[in-house]
Amino acid sequence: MNNKTVELLVGVFIIAGIAALLILALKVSGLNYYPGQNTYQLTASFDNIGGLKVRAPVRLAGVQIGEVKAIAIEPKTFKAVVTLAIDSKQDQLPTDTAANIQTEGLLGSNFIALSPGYAEDFLKHDDRIEVTHSALILENLIGQFLYNVNKK
Amino acid sequence: MLANNLSEEFLTVTESLVRIRNLTFYRGNRPIYDNLDLEVQRGKITAVMGPSGTGKTTLLRLIGGQLRPHQGQIEINGRNVPTLKQAELYEIRRNIGMLFQNSGLFTNLTVFENVAFPLREHTRLPEAMIRDLVLMKLQAVGLRGARELMPSELSGGMARRVALARAIALDPQLIMYDEPLTGQDPIAKGVILQLIKRLNDALGLTSILVSHDVAEALSIADYVYIVSDGKVIGEGTPDEIRHNTTSAIQQFIQGLPDGTVPFHYPAKNYAEDLL
Amino acid sequence: MINQLQSLGRISIDTCTSIGRSGLFLTQVLFRKPRIRRSFPLLIRELYSVGILSLPIILVAALFIGMVVALQGHNTLAKFGADAQMGQLLALSVVRELGPVVTALLFAGRAGSALTAEIGLMKTTEQLASMEMMAVDPLWRIVAPRFWAGFISMPILALIFNAVAIYGGSWVAIDWLGVTSGTFWSNMQAAVGFRVDIVSGIIKSLVFGLVIIWTAVYQGYDCVPTAEGMSRATTRTVVYASLMVLGLDFILTAMMLGDW
Repeated sequence: MNNKTVELLVGVFIIAGIAALLILALKVSGLNYYPGQNTYQLTASFDNIGGLKVRAPVRLAGVQIGEVKAIAIEPKTFKAVVTLAIDSKQDQLPTDTAANIQTEGLLGSNFIALSPGYAEDFLKHDDRIEVTHSALILENLIGQFLYNVNKK
Repeated sequence: MLANNLSEEFLTVTESLVRIRNLTFYRGNRPIYDNLDLEVQRGKITAVMGPSGTGKTTLLRLIGGQLRPHQGQIEINGRNVPTLKQAELYEIRRNIGMLFQNSGLFTNLTVFENVAFPLREHTRLPEAMIRDLVLMKLQAVGLRGARELMPSELSGGMARRVALARAIALDPQLIMYDEPLTGQDPIAKGVILQLIKRLNDALGLTSILVSHDVAEALSIADYVYIVSDGKVIGEGTPDEIRHNTTSAIQQFIQGLPDGTVPFHYPAKNYAEDLL
Repeated sequence: MINQLQSLGRISIDTCTSIGRSGLFLTQVLFRKPRIRRSFPLLIRELYSVGILSLPIILVAALFIGMVVALQGHNTLAKFGADAQMGQLLALSVVRELGPVVTALLFAGRAGSALTAEIGLMKTTEQLASMEMMAVDPLWRIVAPRFWAGFISMPILALIFNAVAIYGGSWVAIDWLGVTSGTFWSNMQAAVGFRVDIVSGIIKSLVFGLVIIWTAVYQGYDCVPTAEGMSRATTRTVVYASLMVLGLDFILTAMMLGDW
């Protein structure tokens, strides 16, 4: 096994490894959204964030335009304050945009869905989203359902 | 005359390439060497002999710095080996060639590559020069035509000759042979013996030969040490040794089955054991 | 009773000294002055014998494991009508666990034992001792290239395993079991996060590689220079390396899932 063949094969080996990495990155994990490069921040308060986690997607009309950057508690109102990082290209969100916490599919994880309003002004960096809807908690729903059933 | 004696003594002191003083070495709890004194004269072949298991290979390892003695000095050219740092030790080793019992050839390299190895590692000589040097060394041991063979294709004797060529590749000052004649047929023995003597004289080497082939070793050695139980029990020129009357030495030299080294392993009285 | 305690004490002390020796050995191998021009060709040779020669077993194993996961997964998911989640199941189990761990175990068995045997044989036939006597440091020339070759090859092999297993599973799922191609891939992409899953898989395989190659090289270098000693060293490499891989896998998974 002479030197040239060995070197060639080792080179092919390493290229195969890099190719595998690229396949995994692009095809398997769908790496095509890079947050954090050009983003601006918005905050929103919720009564209950359900299972929302940091890095959960923020979608507008189903398309991801950002992610959840941080989650904290507001000390006075005991609400959850969520910080969103939005892609700078989406700089025309009306100031009366609503933020709702929805679930992927039936049993999936939570994400934030933005529904744009009709205002003329746009949200800027560090603005606050006023209209929010908390996550649907299954137990509350069942409780409500039973209560309604009992009422009859 | 006093002046003459003094200068002779002075010459003798610097004539030793290797000086061992008060060497003590333990393996576990067993003392292998106990206050051993030994001197190897420059340019001469010194044989170290003794019964098996006295640790003759260990002695070579101690001289080469692979093992550290618990006590004592081992001086090569006046430098105490056990106290040397790694870099200095490697420097000294470049001047020592060693022939191991199973030749220690690198099994994945050809004969040529094996002999070229120390040249490639320690010098920056151009390829052409390395080639010439390797061929010269192989010629000296008579194996120039075998240079493309792999070690697995060599007989034991040939492998040892290649190892010898490799050991002299950097023209060392000292060469140590660990049982080079063991297990060889008479022709191979003769070849190696002749090589040892010829190289020693032609290259001005100092050789230490560890062996228990009495007749062969005595035939080429200039000075002999007989080591047993961690001590030197006899030393001198081959003639002096042959005429030494110590029973232990005579038993070893003549190969007598019983003597200072007993035939029977210590046991109870025979009659008692049978009953 | 006293004898038992004595031997327990002795075993513990022996194990501690052994671990200490192997740690010292590792630092000596890692922190040598690298002579790049000389070491590079050695490294390439070792990459070939450690990495490339392990490829066949990795590829075959990856293919079959991917296909089996797809089959088994489909069998269960179909009962809940959830076979659209096939892609997610396959990708997550391969990338997070099966890829790094199975590659590590196969690597330990194939390359680890070969390395131990090779170095052990060199020790037994006094090649290492003669190299030392020729003032060439065997740690630099023999051990270090093999160490780095193993360390570099492990993540590459794990990545190749992942890719082949996922593709193998996708053939079974899409072409044989009839899962729709679009849902398969898009559900997978939605569920697999690059940093969380793939990068942690790479980190796992790096850690496994370190442990395996360290064990293999140390056991070979430290073995008793007889035939029996060598065979025991080879067995020890495979057993210790495999157990450590499984143990570390648990610890790393706990760290990664538990939010680091």
